[in-house]
Amino acid sequence: MYLKYRKLKNLIFHFSLYLCAALVLIPLVLIIFFVFKMGATSINLDFFTSLPKPVGEDGGGMKHAILGTLYMVSIASVISIPLGLLCGVYLSEFGKGKVATLLRLTIDMLTGVPSIVIGIFAYITIVVPLKSFSAMAGGVALSIIILPIVCRSTEEILKLVPGHIREAGLALGLPRWRVIFNIVVKGNLSSLTTGVMLAISRAAGETAPLLFTAFGNMYLSYEIDEPMASLPVQIYNYAISPFDDWQRQAWAGSLVLIVLVLGINIFARTLISLKHIKFRYRG
Amino acid sequence: MINENESFIEESTKFNNLVDSNCTKSKVFNFSYQLQDKINYYLIKSFACLVILLLIGLVAMLIYSALPAMEEFGLGFAFGDDWNPVEDEFGALPFLFGTLITSFLALMLATPVSVGVALFINEVLSKKLAAVVSLFVEMIAAIPSIVFGLWGVFYLAPFVKETLTPVLKSSLGFLPFFQGASFGIGILTASLILALMIIPTITSICRIVFKTVPTLQKEAALALGSTRFEMIKIALLRPSFSGIMGAIVLGLGRALGETMAVAMVIGNSPSISASLFSPAATMASVIANEYTEADSDLHLSALCYVGFLLFIVTFTINGLARFIVWNQSKKVGG
Repeated sequence: MYLKYRKLKNLIFHFSLYLCAALVLIPLVLIIFFVFKMGATSINLDFFTSLPKPVGEDGGGMKHAILGTLYMVSIASVISIPLGLLCGVYLSEFGKGKVATLLRLTIDMLTGVPSIVIGIFAYITIVVPLKSFSAMAGGVALSIIILPIVCRSTEEILKLVPGHIREAGLALGLPRWRVIFNIVVKGNLSSLTTGVMLAISRAAGETAPLLFTAFGNMYLSYEIDEPMASLPVQIYNYAISPFDDWQRQAWAGSLVLIVLVLGINIFARTLISLKHIKFRYRG
Repeated sequence: MINENESFIEESTKFNNLVDSNCTKSKVFNFSYQLQDKINYYLIKSFACLVILLLIGLVAMLIYSALPAMEEFGLGFAFGDDWNPVEDEFGALPFLFGTLITSFLALMLATPVSVGVALFINEVLSKKLAAVVSLFVEMIAAIPSIVFGLWGVFYLAPFVKETLTPVLKSSLGFLPFFQGASFGIGILTASLILALMIIPTITSICRIVFKTVPTLQKEAALALGSTRFEMIKIALLRPSFSGIMGAIVLGLGRALGETMAVAMVIGNSPSISASLFSPAATMASVIANEYTEADSDLHLSALCYVGFLLFIVTFTINGLARFIVWNQSKKVGG
């Protein structure tokens, strides 16, 4: 009798675990389904190739926002990827002492800083002195967001490199920096790329830090010191607008954004898992 | 001795040149290996220092820009419940309240589910399925928050208004939390979205924590005749309790700083009310909404002050989480 009671509890517990998984996965499926359903009806070639039209006119697209997002993510990458990689190398190769401890703490804290606060920082340091919202400010804000991600992933990946590989390099008579950059870093480029791509996918979806740094506009701009539209901010502006056509475009924008972000994300993850498979077959 | 050293350097330089000309076409270095390594070390270190300075600069700039509001309102800013930009009256209590209540509710909802999912992936599923399910869970973290917000406004808010509210009212309507009219947009919707957004964080850290529990311990529990549930309870959940707490606190840190999704569904009214159906505002959402529209310097500065408070809160929470997780890993490692 008692055993039956215990088994029943076990059964209920397992059932609740399945329920938990369902509770998590159902909203995910709903979100993706909804974005695809609403986005697919309003997306067309025009969306990618034309600029917004004045309110009241149908049509128009988000070419400027898509290009703007790519532009600002590139600025962020140019700043953050070298810096993040170097910091990651520092932590994994020379990860002892006061500076390393402080850097680790800094990276932890930077990961936790709310993105809106980073937006304020970029506003104060770049927008205020230049007296204009600018793509530069947006790029810098995004770069601060992805810096800790790049650094952390670099450190984690390089830490996995076994010590004897470094020793082999040193034994060949290479200076240490050569060992680090030509052997340790170069040999793990594909894993490092994964970390970088995950960071980029994060940057592409950020809205909060761009709201008052790049601000957004309604025309095509390539100027680094002028306001620039971005996909997330454009979606936000359209979503809170009262016009049906704009809301429709917000859904189309979300579809593009989610495909972009999840696409990069999944691609990066499969890249790393493919590599593991290759290693396994090699034995 | 000196001669020896010099000749060694000469030798090594020669060898270095050889390596250089063999390996790459780069220009020949005339530095000794030690010097090269030293230069490289200090170069990398200087970049590391740059990042540390960045964080210090970030804090300094935040304080600097919040100074006017700090001088005007002092520490009482955090406890003033009046936010009126028109008359330059600013108090952050409504936003503190909104941030804390939404984050707290989100944690209440997300914690059991996250722990459940972590157990489900680690203990129930086969390895291949576990990889798939965990990928799906991590996809939630990858979805941009603006998409959550959009979905929240057009799908979740009507759902809360038409389906969830009547159910809650009829079953728990006697509580002050579930009274008043619901417009769909408000604390409850924001908390639901937040809960969904922090589930991946808590789940992935819980999974790491569960993995540190030795298999032997689990097998011992099973060998004593316990069911799967009892094994998980005794051998898995109990020893990793503090790790789970760390995961929860980290999730809290994420929830506190979340901006866009919350800003879109919380209704943005700086008011404090007991009802979960009523609109509110969080620290992050008020910054997102008012920063570009702030016309007086004091308003801008007050928003920076709010940002500074938000920074302090997340800083403390994240520090606490690190502390807990570190302690846990030390315990398991030792």
